[in-house]
Amino acid sequence: MKRPLLLPLLPVVLALVWLLLNDSLSVGHLLLGIAFALLVTVAVRPLRPLPAWPRRLHLAIGLIWHVFVDIVRSNLGVGRVILGATRRQPTVGFVRIPLQLSDPHGLAMLSIIITGTPGTVWAGHDPADNILTLHVLDLQDEEAWVRTIKDRYERPLMEIFE
Amino acid sequence: MIAADVPLWAALPAAALLICGGLLTLVGSLGLLRLDSFFARIHAPTMGGTLGAGCVLMASMLVSTALAQRPVFHELLITLFILITAPVTTMLLMRAAVSRQRN
Repeated sequence: MKRPLLLPLLPVVLALVWLLLNDSLSVGHLLLGIAFALLVTVAVRPLRPLPAWPRRLHLAIGLIWHVFVDIVRSNLGVGRVILGATRRQPTVGFVRIPLQLSDPHGLAMLSIIITGTPGTVWAGHDPADNILTLHVLDLQDEEAWVRTIKDRYERPLMEIFE
Repeated sequence: MIAADVPLWAALPAAALLICGGLLTLVGSLGLLRLDSFFARIHAPTMGGTLGAGCVLMASMLVSTALAQRPVFHELLITLFILITAPVTTMLLMRAAVSRQRN
């Protein structure tokens, strides 16, 4: 498989985290951060058999913005459900969504996005037929959830990782 | 650090953000009380973990930036770590509840 010339994700993120942690951009910290990042990357290689090689990382900016907007929106939605709970309890439910995304890093990102957004929790994934089970706090329109997950999150993740 | 040292342009939005974050976290915790099933309650605390924490962190960034008189981004790391760790426990609870229901 031909890989585009891109840096692997783990050491780059580790080096950035080091610089942020020390709140400095000095040459010393830059070198130290890169050294640590490479050391850790080599050390965890036996634990992580699949390094992440995102193909089109710039697309992540749009995805992060989408996720941010959705987190704000669903916070307000869940707040409304909780405050209205004395009158009406929400109708919880599971939705089964067939996925096309199969990259493990993409699936991990998808699970974090879904669970990190209030109102939805990743309730399981069947690797045999690649079907995601999603749990929704207030299930009104099943089709809308399938569309949201597939168009808003799955497609950009597939473009980034596959 | 004395409160009077924080300039007004940072103090006002920071205070508003702290109030918003506190309210969101409070409503999220209230959900544990008001929702009646486990599967509904699991969604409520996520509010405090996402936007609730986010508001507090933004307020912290604003005040530190104003006090240090240069941009301070430390808090982004806390955001990152919350975002990648909090869903793990939620998913674990969910999986446990699902397999318990099945048996």
